[in-house]
Amino acid sequence: MKLNINGKTHNVDLPTDTPILWTLRDVLGMTGTKFGCGKALCGACTVMLDGTPIRSCIMPISSAENKAITTIEAISEQRVGQAVQQAWLDIAVPQCGYCQSGQIVSATALLRDNPKPSDKDIDNFMSGNICRCGTYTRIRHAIKVAAESLETTV
Amino acid sequence: MIKTNTNLAEQISNISRRDFIRGFALSGLVLAVGIPGASWAEDKNFGRNGMPNGWVDNPLVFVSIAEDGTVTIVAHRSEMGQGVRTSLPMVIADEMEADWSRVKVVQAPGDEKKFGNQNTDGSRSMRHFFMPMRNVGAAARLMLETAAAAVWSVPVTEVKAVFHEVHHEATGRILTYGEVAKAAAKLTVPLRSELVHKSSDEFRYIGKQSNKLIDGANIVEGKAEYGIDIRRDGMIYAVVAHPPAYGNTLTSYDDSDTLKVPGVLKTLTLASTPPPAIFNPLGGVVVVATNTWAAIKGREKLKIQWKSGPNAGYGTKAFRKEMEKSANSQGGKVLRSVGDVYKTFAETENKLQASYYIPHLVQAPMEPPVATAQYSNDFCELWGCTQNPQGAVDTVAHWLGFKPEQVKVNVTLLGGGFGRKSKPDYMVEAALVSKALGGKPVKLTWTREDDIQHSYFHTVSVEHFEGAFDDNNRASAWLHRTVAPSISSTFDADSVHQMPMEVGMGVVNVPYNLPNIQLENPAAAAHTRIGWYRSVSNIPHAFGVQSFIAEMANHVGRDHKEFLIELIGKDRKIDPKTLRDEWNYGESPDDYPLDTGRMHGVIEHVTNKANWGKKMAANSGQGLATHYSFVSYVAAVVEIAIVGDGEVTVPRIDVAIDCGPQVNPERIRSQIEGACVMGVSLALFSEISFTSGVADQNNFDGYKVARMNNGPMEIHVHIMPMTDYDAPLGGVGEPGMPPIAPALCNAIFAATGNRIRSLPVRNQLES
Repeated sequence: MKLNINGKTHNVDLPTDTPILWTLRDVLGMTGTKFGCGKALCGACTVMLDGTPIRSCIMPISSAENKAITTIEAISEQRVGQAVQQAWLDIAVPQCGYCQSGQIVSATALLRDNPKPSDKDIDNFMSGNICRCGTYTRIRHAIKVAAESLETTV
Repeated sequence: MIKTNTNLAEQISNISRRDFIRGFALSGLVLAVGIPGASWAEDKNFGRNGMPNGWVDNPLVFVSIAEDGTVTIVAHRSEMGQGVRTSLPMVIADEMEADWSRVKVVQAPGDEKKFGNQNTDGSRSMRHFFMPMRNVGAAARLMLETAAAAVWSVPVTEVKAVFHEVHHEATGRILTYGEVAKAAAKLTVPLRSELVHKSSDEFRYIGKQSNKLIDGANIVEGKAEYGIDIRRDGMIYAVVAHPPAYGNTLTSYDDSDTLKVPGVLKTLTLASTPPPAIFNPLGGVVVVATNTWAAIKGREKLKIQWKSGPNAGYGTKAFRKEMEKSANSQGGKVLRSVGDVYKTFAETENKLQASYYIPHLVQAPMEPPVATAQYSNDFCELWGCTQNPQGAVDTVAHWLGFKPEQVKVNVTLLGGGFGRKSKPDYMVEAALVSKALGGKPVKLTWTREDDIQHSYFHTVSVEHFEGAFDDNNRASAWLHRTVAPSISSTFDADSVHQMPMEVGMGVVNVPYNLPNIQLENPAAAAHTRIGWYRSVSNIPHAFGVQSFIAEMANHVGRDHKEFLIELIGKDRKIDPKTLRDEWNYGESPDDYPLDTGRMHGVIEHVTNKANWGKKMAANSGQGLATHYSFVSYVAAVVEIAIVGDGEVTVPRIDVAIDCGPQVNPERIRSQIEGACVMGVSLALFSEISFTSGVADQNNFDGYKVARMNNGPMEIHVHIMPMTDYDAPLGGVGEPGMPPIAPALCNAIFAATGNRIRSLPVRNQLES
């Protein structure tokens, strides 16, 4: 079947119940999206499907038919995504960095729909993304910094 | 002194010699290991000198400079979030006057003879390698200066390296690093005695605030390469169905449905190994497929018969009762005895006792264990997220019947480690599978279920305390019985007592100034693989000690902080030998005494910053705890608020750390912030329990950890200033963890009057 990933069409010959995650990672070699739990519990595998953040570890490729998948590799093509990445660097959010692909995709989706999120908005939206290194306070801070930078660069 | 030629042993750096030799003999491994003795031998080597393969400070090993001026620095320790790939190269760059923006960092493969000790564990990378890396930088600088002086035919004393250039001030001539690099590399490496280190006011990077991470850009773009991201031509994918209980073995299996799963190529078996566990693979059935998903699906369809082993009856409910019984009975191995606590208790009315339970935990790094291996007849190359690349080389070589030179371990970034990735069992699995498949490159992935059910688990503990008071409500007697299966059981299956390393994590090495002290360690056998998890035995010991001190203060109606400081006593430096601490984190007792002044200092600092004793809203409270670990001093004030039906929220944590001189303050802060979150996780949510030898939890739904909405809202890290860079460094990665859970539970007590004596808190406060 055909998959639209980051604006490019990929033909994959896989059972249609194969999760998007493993299709990206093992079949297409796009390893920026991470495996964390396989059960949509940790958010490490978050990608956008037609703009909506989804957990790609449980989402079969059949659900992506005629839809656009956006991964961390292309998040900088979105203005919001780029601002989020920059804030992440400015505040030195990452420790090991493994969960940050998913965190950044989630944060980008949050700020796109809610340009001025409150602490509570951030907590609610981001709580599906686990970070074992414990970067939560910096993520919260970075989301606010990204929001401010987006406000001033309109 | 046995010459060290492996570091396999050093992960647990201080099992007794007898235990070690037995453990390895049982495993069939023949190793000459240098084991820090169980007593203070005259010839004992400390710190970096005591580590297998010690340290290397040869600039030609660590630094190369291209003609375009790009400086390439080797990072020989594993990066798992602590920032070591930034911080250690930064030390070299600073000493050699390199422009950090023109530095590239490359990761060393496992080769300790070349690079020195690489076992990234024990919060010791900076503590052990600050000085060797300064030597590397200073030597590189001197070689660049010498090469430039030769070009100009002037004495080297007339030239000076300044930010990627060498200057001859008298004539204004300048040569760039790129221009003299080739000539400099041909020079003899200067003697250590010839090196002149920068003074601290000349530092560009060391001790300065910088948010630049060497891997930052790659991480935020999804380009950073972790163990799980390795791809090799023709690579296939594997997962393993491990025995559900440690010690169970494979009887038979039916893979007919497995082989029908599209993408599954074949199945094969790995033999189980008898105890001790060491770093041996667990055995089981391997499913090999064209992608990881097909392998996982194929594994689900296996029908496996397992034979029950010796741990198939392990249940933590019953085991807790057993441990509590031991903890409440006089006896057991006496670790330290001062005065006569039993006589004091018999003669005192005013006394108190309490026991605390801390469950098994699992490290659960976000990237589970993963390794890729490619075997050939006389060589095996691996790529993996390992904290201990030389240990991986040695263990894989043993399993393949190779010499260590026939194994290469390439180190990727680690998606977290927390001690799990010190144990290379998963790397051995990958190597054995590649061998079984005739040398095909294989990526072997542990799923989250594998990670949570088959880890080297943090131990399970009961910490029992009894205290007595004199007529002035001062503590007069202190009894601590610590009961927990020991990490040594992983190396010697019969081992039932905690090692010097474990009791040196806050049982014996407490400074409390009392006339009567009794420290005991009753036996406890292990029924699963016991390993180490960030801050190790400091977790249960600090939880017990710091909770009980708060209970004692409350019992006699005294302020917790004042009582704690009184117990610590006047500022003094205590020789760890006098505390019967035979380990002292491997450090010299002269360079690293237990300094109560520093402990007192962090308590005063953090209570001041947190506004200790301030008026709190209803259902809110502050809690205090201090703990000395990894030769650093930490105190924490945790603020909690109870909301809804007994849910604990953590609006604020303040932590003060005294870790001696600071190289990368920003990464110290981030490590402490992370330790706070992980400390809240284990205080409030996390537990591994066992039924019939099997962990009851298998993913993040059962094994709960802090998330954005239930972790601390604010974390304030206060680093004690220290500008003498010749002073000994303390650890950073682990010492932040131990005081968090007791401070949090002390805060719950302040808010509610409920004393938590069993972790995690979970729903204990619900009405």
